[in-house]
Amino acid sequence: MPGLAGRMSTVIKSKISKALDRAEDPSETLDYGYNKQLELLQNVKKGIADVVTSKKRLQMQSDKLEQQVVKLDTQARQAVSQGREDLARAALERKTLAQTELQSLDTQVRELEGQQESLIENEKKLRTKIETFRTKKEVIKAQYSAAEAQVKISEAANGVGEEMADLGLAMQRAEDKTEQMRARASAVEELESAGAFDDITQLGAGQDDIDRELAQLGAGAQVDDELAAMKAELGSGGDAPALEKGDEGKPA
Amino acid sequence: MIVRISGEGQFRLPDEDADRLNELDNRAVSAVEQGDETGFHELWSQMLEIVASDGNRLGDDELLESDVIMPPRDVSFHEAKGEFTGDGLIPDS
Repeated sequence: MPGLAGRMSTVIKSKISKALDRAEDPSETLDYGYNKQLELLQNVKKGIADVVTSKKRLQMQSDKLEQQVVKLDTQARQAVSQGREDLARAALERKTLAQTELQSLDTQVRELEGQQESLIENEKKLRTKIETFRTKKEVIKAQYSAAEAQVKISEAANGVGEEMADLGLAMQRAEDKTEQMRARASAVEELESAGAFDDITQLGAGQDDIDRELAQLGAGAQVDDELAAMKAELGSGGDAPALEKGDEGKPA
Repeated sequence: MIVRISGEGQFRLPDEDADRLNELDNRAVSAVEQGDETGFHELWSQMLEIVASDGNRLGDDELLESDVIMPPRDVSFHEAKGEFTGDGLIPDS
């Protein structure tokens, strides 16, 4: 059986076959095989739980970014109303960066959701197969001679073994993907802790590293457009509420 | 014949499909060897199409080994390089 999945199932199968060859009493092997299957099923459940945890973490990050986007947009509007184009620009640059990260996080959350669903479905299928194996093994124990039982149970065990190997492969793929997402999530966290998404009330007077970084991100055109639209909508320099807090743009 | 699509489950197909699948399989190997990604994906969807149109899903209570294990439906070209080599998924007798 070629192919990666094939190779994996061969590994499991040969283990089961070896156990079967060694055993003098097939019914012992049958019970051993069944217990091994239940053990592996626990690993599968743990794997699924890991995927769910990763997804929740990404979701929380995405919720946080979403709040930042709203906040920065509000602040940009307030800054425009007060004629503080510099502050508005800074807020919009941050908003653009946050939005880009948000989109990529949302895509990843959706992908993980899909994987989670298919893993859960396959786990259910595997559980049914293991249950079938349990029933079969009792029948085999009761009805067949030792030699016949060997053959019968090899078939059934290999069938379950293949199912497990396949689920193992699906778990591996999901884990690889989660690993990539974890790296991505840490990168976003680093940006966050460096202040890239902080609201503009936290900004110091001069250009800091974040501002220079933001300027390099080429958000320029989009920021210009958005700023122009905001100005048109609000009418620059009109009477507007002051910035929420730490308002450094307020005329003295 | 019993075919498994990795991550999806097993399907029972008429034995006549083996030749058709094998031919597509061999062509997929050449496509991978030549780095022809578009060609590979075209052949791959034809293989999936055969399973979809002719295959009957095996019941969860059937414990059988597959004759052929196909990679996951969304196999990437990069992953395919590890699967579609030599005889491909189906050994040529």
